[in-house]
Amino acid sequence: MNLESIPLQAFLIVSSALFCIGIWGLLNSRNAVRVLMSIELMLNAVNINLMAFSSYIDNNLIQGQVFTIFVITVAAAEAAVGLAILLSLYRNRVTVDMESFNLLKW
Amino acid sequence: MSIAITTQFICFTVLSLVVIIGALGVVLLESIVYSAFLLGGVFMSVAGLYLLLNASFVAAAQVLVYVGAVNVLIIFAIMLVNKKEDLKPINDIKSRRVISTSICLTLLSLLIRVDLTNVWNLSSPQNSIGEESTIRIGEHLFSDYLLPFEVASVLLLMAMIGAIVLARRDVMSKDISTGLPVDQELIEKSSEPLLTNKN
Repeated sequence: MNLESIPLQAFLIVSSALFCIGIWGLLNSRNAVRVLMSIELMLNAVNINLMAFSSYIDNNLIQGQVFTIFVITVAAAEAAVGLAILLSLYRNRVTVDMESFNLLKW
Repeated sequence: MSIAITTQFICFTVLSLVVIIGALGVVLLESIVYSAFLLGGVFMSVAGLYLLLNASFVAAAQVLVYVGAVNVLIIFAIMLVNKKEDLKPINDIKSRRVISTSICLTLLSLLIRVDLTNVWNLSSPQNSIGEESTIRIGEHLFSDYLLPFEVASVLLLMAMIGAIVLARRDVMSKDISTGLPVDQELIEKSSEPLLTNKN
């Protein structure tokens, strides 16, 4: 194999795998904290994607890196609000089991 | 790029293996504390991948924000809600697992197929600004991305106030749903769960 650098596809495959692991964790976790962790994994997969495209396709203007910084900002805000909601839920229902949060079930 | 190509390949392989195996550990391990620390490892490895892509500023931001803030926040949340509880068994858990796993694997194969078959319009490496990326990010943030930058600051303020309001301890003298007086000292250990009997 005679390559100049790491192919773009390698980064894309890693990010796809990370995204699918995040979705699996989101669907299958019983613990609400683990659901938040899965969301963080998915956001990181998106960030890897943006960074890889910014480095391989737009390597002069690097707008993908700016987008990644905004995604990191929103992820931090989301984590803070999500964990506050989680604490409030725990105070009301004394559990973090996702199956017991069924007030919105119809 | 300055690092030799073999070193880059070795670094990339190790970092991606740590990312994938760590992420699997995050969703599969029984203990939530191990999951939280593995999540920190995954964040660090993603920062390493950013360094391989010539993005030192974003790598530093990743370490500071994710490992320094989000991961610590998650560990604090685990510490606050870490109660041993026996989960109620779900009767159709098997079929749910099978369906969700097959959906995830289908999505993964679709994504990998798109990654491999699409012809990407790669730009030539000599246009790359490489190590100058921090300067270019600063130029972007203060010229064409100035409005999103300012909106992000408002968003962070809103998130901060919202988190404080949501996580604040109630100081009312009466319970809203039951009407009973609230024992202020034992507010974390309320004798009966407030909402569980409503459904």
